[in-house]
Amino acid sequence: MAFAPSDADGEILPVALKIIVAGGFGVGKTTLVSSVSEIQPLLTEEYLTDESVGVDDTSGVEAKSTTTVAMDFGRITLNHDLVLYLFGTPGQDRFLFVWDELSLGAIGAIVLADTRRLADCFPSVDYFERRGVPFIVAVNCFEGTAKYQPAEVQLALNLDDDVPVILCDARRRDSAKETLIALVEHAMRAAWGHQDEPAPV
Amino acid sequence: MKVPDSPDAVWVDDDAGPVVRHYAMTLGRTRPTRGEFDLITLVMATRPASSGEFGLQPEHDAIIRHSQTPVSVAEIATRLDLPVGTVRVLLGDLLDRGFIRTRSPVPSTHLPPERVFKAVLDGLRSL
Repeated sequence: MAFAPSDADGEILPVALKIIVAGGFGVGKTTLVSSVSEIQPLLTEEYLTDESVGVDDTSGVEAKSTTTVAMDFGRITLNHDLVLYLFGTPGQDRFLFVWDELSLGAIGAIVLADTRRLADCFPSVDYFERRGVPFIVAVNCFEGTAKYQPAEVQLALNLDDDVPVILCDARRRDSAKETLIALVEHAMRAAWGHQDEPAPV
Repeated sequence: MKVPDSPDAVWVDDDAGPVVRHYAMTLGRTRPTRGEFDLITLVMATRPASSGEFGLQPEHDAIIRHSQTPVSVAEIATRLDLPVGTVRVLLGDLLDRGFIRTRSPVPSTHLPPERVFKAVLDGLRSL
């Protein structure tokens, strides 16, 4: 699987890939990540706030401040040379700039939706559409919530026809796993127009 | 942190933040001297945890301790409870001295080959 050169000699390290888990606050991002992950960490990072972006260094230290962003992440060891990382995006709009780093080089994104608060996932959908990141919408079926059909959600979110909308239960490992598979299949369709036929070699 | 009852010491509680600021740990540097460290760049130490190399800070030693098997930059930051930016600088020092090996993720400008996607699917299906 050595498709990217190792940065050093000797035993080749595995290579890592990532998938983003986005959606509104409290929609189940942490739950989804932890139901399939081998680890359960929370990552924090300090960023210079927007005030300092593009401002000359000499213009005054007082304009610079840092903000701390927390995001969930999880790890799935797929085989001896592939590791998949899942990153839950920080929920608030003001952290959208963090998404640029996360989405760079990602396989794609899962946008979790709660049909009681469907509008909460608009920013995520907009973001991935604009950036051309392959994404699927996974409706997290909370207990007792009114069930909507995926087609209704697709219409309500004004999604392109080829964006899959699936139902999931973020608490269940098998369901979270199916959601990840649905995204990877979609990303393959987006890239090569098919998903599972062997490529001519 | 345990706060003694001395009036001189009461300001050093958790609200005061870390006693050693992150920029002190990195000697004021905000970028690594060497290497690009993505959140998912994998890191592995080239020497045992207890080798006690000269000139390393405790945080460098901690990174070596936590990377005896391949781990991502994100995991190291979590385990050390440090911001990723600080960890990147420390990793640059270790790379400089040959104490770690790294593997970058697939370049963001390139799509991974299709066989990698297939391997991901196979791996997920067999979870």
